[in-house]
Amino acid sequence: MSAQQLNIAAPRSGDIDPKYLRQSASSSSNREMFKWLFMRISGPILLVLIFVHLFSNLMVGDGVHGLNFGLVAGKWASPLWQIWDLTMLWLAMIHGTIGVGTIIDDYTSKDRTRVGFKVALYLASVAIIVLGTLVIFTFEPCMTDAAGNLMDNSPSFCFNQ
Amino acid sequence: MSTATTAQQSPPAEKKSGRGTLYRGKEGMWSWVGHRITGVVIFLFLLVHVLDTALVRVSPEAYDAVIGTYKNWYMALGESGLVAAVIYHAFNGIRIVLVDFWKKGTKYHKQMLWAVMILWVVVFGAFFVRHMMLVLGG
Repeated sequence: MSAQQLNIAAPRSGDIDPKYLRQSASSSSNREMFKWLFMRISGPILLVLIFVHLFSNLMVGDGVHGLNFGLVAGKWASPLWQIWDLTMLWLAMIHGTIGVGTIIDDYTSKDRTRVGFKVALYLASVAIIVLGTLVIFTFEPCMTDAAGNLMDNSPSFCFNQ
Repeated sequence: MSTATTAQQSPPAEKKSGRGTLYRGKEGMWSWVGHRITGVVIFLFLLVHVLDTALVRVSPEAYDAVIGTYKNWYMALGESGLVAAVIYHAFNGIRIVLVDFWKKGTKYHKQMLWAVMILWVVVFGAFFVRHMMLVLGG
């Protein structure tokens, strides 16, 4: 084996017949490489972010029974959890959008179908990222009703102010 | 674009179906299938999860009412299924990173899949027992 020179082209190394390419090789390959790299960098970060998220919300204290408005308000009173959840939102949404986009590319052969699914995917992703970001940054833990009184379900620290 | 790039030797030319080759029907293929399915499931949940969390901007009552529907045994089973998917996707994702970046990654990709499965059983088992005890006990 070692004496013979095996000459097998690496897959998708640029020597693909142009008629099989959806766009010019140079413009698409950089983006594809960036997506490939992003998946491998964001993946391990997401593992830590999501495992801690699940542990702190479901495994400690009363677990799922402890989940309520007060718990969210208490967490987002700390900038650490705000940044934690914001990072998780952005990385998970971009990671998921690239992943689902790859699956769409794999299983749609017609351009119209592919573009349709991709547009729907990107619109949904942008909407969710914008919504989630606004929720984290505009969150008001101590909500008041029209008369200016604290709402009944407000977390306990609101009443101490 | 290649995901789960588990490098394999080219199959013999006479095997047109691909069945029984080094890749098809073996660890590389099934771990890839599992990674795709769990990935889509997690992404769909993530969309819903941001929407339900966004209810904190509507009112404490609206948020608590929706979150309250999660606190029973059948939703707990669904959550467990989701966490099972997250744990597999996370550990197999690390395996993919190692296959791509570690020099011996392609050599040990099968052993690493076994490590993924063992870790999955341990971590998910611990989660499942604790989660169901909390749900049923509360």
